[in-house]
Amino acid sequence: MSIQVQNIHKAFGDFIALDNLTLDFPSGELVALLGPSGCGKTTLLRVIAGLEQADSGRVLLDGDDASDTHVRERQVGFVFQHYALFRHMTVFDNVAFGLRMKPRGIRPSEAEIKRKVHELLQLVQLDWLADRFPAQLSGGQRQRIALARALAVEPRVLLLDEPFGALDAKVRKELRRWLRRLHDELHITSIFVTHDQEEALEVADRVVLMNHGRVEQIGSPAEVYQQPATPFVYGFLGAANRFEGQSSAGGIAIGKATLTTGQHVQHGEVIAFVRPHELDIVRQEFGHGIPARVSRVLTLGALTRVELEGRDDVAGQHFDVELPASHPLAGSLITGEPVRLQPRSVRVFANPETAGAA
Amino acid sequence: MAAITANLYAQHDRAALLENRQATREARWVKVTILGAALTFFAIFLLLPLAVVFVEALAKGWHTYLDALVEPDALSAVTLTLLAALISVPLNLVFGVAAAWAITRFDFRGKQLLITLIDLPFSVSPVVAGLIYVLVFSSHGWIGPWLLEHDIKVIFAVPGIVLATVFVTVPFVARELIPLLQAQGREEEEAAVVLGARGWQVFWHVTLPNVRWALLYGVILSNARAMGEFGAVSVVSGHIRGETNTLPLHVEILYNEYQFAAAFAVASLLALLALVTLAVKSWIEWRAAQAHD
Repeated sequence: MSIQVQNIHKAFGDFIALDNLTLDFPSGELVALLGPSGCGKTTLLRVIAGLEQADSGRVLLDGDDASDTHVRERQVGFVFQHYALFRHMTVFDNVAFGLRMKPRGIRPSEAEIKRKVHELLQLVQLDWLADRFPAQLSGGQRQRIALARALAVEPRVLLLDEPFGALDAKVRKELRRWLRRLHDELHITSIFVTHDQEEALEVADRVVLMNHGRVEQIGSPAEVYQQPATPFVYGFLGAANRFEGQSSAGGIAIGKATLTTGQHVQHGEVIAFVRPHELDIVRQEFGHGIPARVSRVLTLGALTRVELEGRDDVAGQHFDVELPASHPLAGSLITGEPVRLQPRSVRVFANPETAGAA
Repeated sequence: MAAITANLYAQHDRAALLENRQATREARWVKVTILGAALTFFAIFLLLPLAVVFVEALAKGWHTYLDALVEPDALSAVTLTLLAALISVPLNLVFGVAAAWAITRFDFRGKQLLITLIDLPFSVSPVVAGLIYVLVFSSHGWIGPWLLEHDIKVIFAVPGIVLATVFVTVPFVARELIPLLQAQGREEEEAAVVLGARGWQVFWHVTLPNVRWALLYGVILSNARAMGEFGAVSVVSGHIRGETNTLPLHVEILYNEYQFAAAFAVASLLALLALVTLAVKSWIEWRAAQAHD
């Protein structure tokens, strides 16, 4: 089922959580709502579910205006960050809850419920835990049970609010892969909220990047990563070194130094981003590139991360460079050594803070 | 309160751990002094008076004891006490759950006022509570004349006693539930609604089971207060023997008439009631702790 939100606006007092937002979620896709905390992503999810009322705007489910439909009639499945399992019920009773709450006329028989619950527990691979209570399960197991419970009522949409947020790193990775496989089996339109860009890029068909209640960019994981539309998106998707300067003939002038871009750059004040693995260190104090000084060299497995401090015109700024541990520089750089930085690839945006003024 | 005691039970293991470790163990004289002071206080001010009640009650033998209990006025007092509790406890149960639910789940104007009002019976002297009803319902009171015309008796009659009892027991259930409901949050209820549960289904299947031990605890405390209330009931009762005397009032009358054995015999009934309440309360706390783990 497709979901459309149109001109949704929602404020909590002075804080604008959703700023006139319009979005389409096509049928059958797994979409990630990605953004920093407080960007409105959870609020949007709750508005779609009906748990939160928007101040204005419409939510369309399958083309029908659902704005005034009660939560229980929207047929959505909702998975909460902290699971929200019914703590006084066994796993079986938790999963059976939605079926047992149906009006008498359409409620399945107890035998049918039993069959269905076991089927769902097998789907989440936890059939053997049917008689346990939530408190006896691990976080990852609880979240899988929460998912089985949400699926029991055959929802038309599945909404997941930071589903892996409360889990430790290893379990989170496993569950991500598992959720992706599950979605490939069920093809139910799903939206999940996350602040973890790696999670969004790994799991989703499509990523919606949000900031300050607005959509910054929508696209496939590859698109948003490789062609970020705004400085915010670039900065949010992975580590980045940030340079501010004036566009000039050879690239971007930052004081007397020049960041060579190898491409034509729009005029005026610009912000440039360079990923840490796309920045080269040149072992010379003078010459081309951005002046910097090595402040720390860290070896993290296959990667060596070099932390640098800016010199001269970029004094006070920090830069990160990542090298393969086998790179000749990785072992030989000395703390305090003056170097120059040259980018292999640069992404340039007009500076939004000064663009408006010009 | 139930949640706090549940926590106490959980801490028991940790306390044992501290005690067993040389590094964290306190000096012997510290333990003996603190424990000794607490136990001495407990013995002199609680255990001894309780024992005196039973000793005095049985001072003139079993016969006098039983006679004092089966005497018609005593039986009437028992009946009235039970009646007052039987009406006020369910009333407060319904009111307490409704108020706690409203306060923790909805935002509305006057919420803070409602919370303050619930606590009012705790802060107002019971005598004042009784007087309020006298001022409103007595023949010289605000609606007294109207009641008189319609031949309805409130003050110096059973309805007044029930009203006073309801007033003093109002906070118990709500006070137990509010912190627990606040701590548990709305998520489970939201999950239930998304799964298609209707309002009363959410309440019955999700909210209520989660607070059942706190609720029972509130009811027990409310019941203990209802049966033991003296001040407020004393003001509205009029002390008519065999008609408007509750157990505590009956004890006072007997005592003032120098019928010490009888007074203590009836008092022992109240004391027994307190012991049963304590036992049930401990059991509930133990169960709540189990539910907590």
